[in-house]
Amino acid sequence: MAEILVDCRGETCPVPLVETRKAIRQAQPGDVIVVIGTHPASREEIPMAVRALGLELVSVEGTETDWTIRIRR
Amino acid sequence: MAERVTIVLHSGDMDKVYSALIIGSGALAMGMEASIYFTFWGLQRLKKSGLEKGPLSKMHFLGLGKWMVRQRMKKANVATLERLMRDFKELGGKVIACEMTMEIMGIRREDLREDWIDAYGAVGTYIQEARGSQITLFI
Repeated sequence: MAEILVDCRGETCPVPLVETRKAIRQAQPGDVIVVIGTHPASREEIPMAVRALGLELVSVEGTETDWTIRIRR
Repeated sequence: MAERVTIVLHSGDMDKVYSALIIGSGALAMGMEASIYFTFWGLQRLKKSGLEKGPLSKMHFLGLGKWMVRQRMKKANVATLERLMRDFKELGGKVIACEMTMEIMGIRREDLREDWIDAYGAVGTYIQEARGSQITLFI
């Protein structure tokens, strides 16, 4: 089980969402994707995308402008 | 069948091309399929090195307004249209070029970024896709 890091700090709409999706596509089942970012809306929207894709949202941590999201493929 | 977004991009204005590509790639990122139909002024943006060439829909001011907005976008670290198009294609987005516009405006396939284009279509292609779409937009 690999851990894939997506660093979206400083990026704005729609880059964090798109980069997260790209990483999910490349991940193997069981891999954990760790997304770090600073764009407030993406902190809410990445979990929405994870649910829509039927994946497991492991955790959402940090503040609106400095957050870490973990997703299991 | 997956849920789908079908967008008609009639405008070639820079800000509206942003809207179409952001909504399209957002849909793909959230697990939907997405197609953008480039027609009329929108089709001009598929010409070779034409993607970033559109004017601003308001306050263009002979290019000064666009230049100012571009500076602000750079400061806010907004992705370029080239990058958004690359991501849209990488996530499986479809680009359709309107054949009638090509005929009217005398645009040949070799004038366009053929590497981006999945199909050349007309209204029937759009309707066929739109009737199975959950979201369809005219921009």
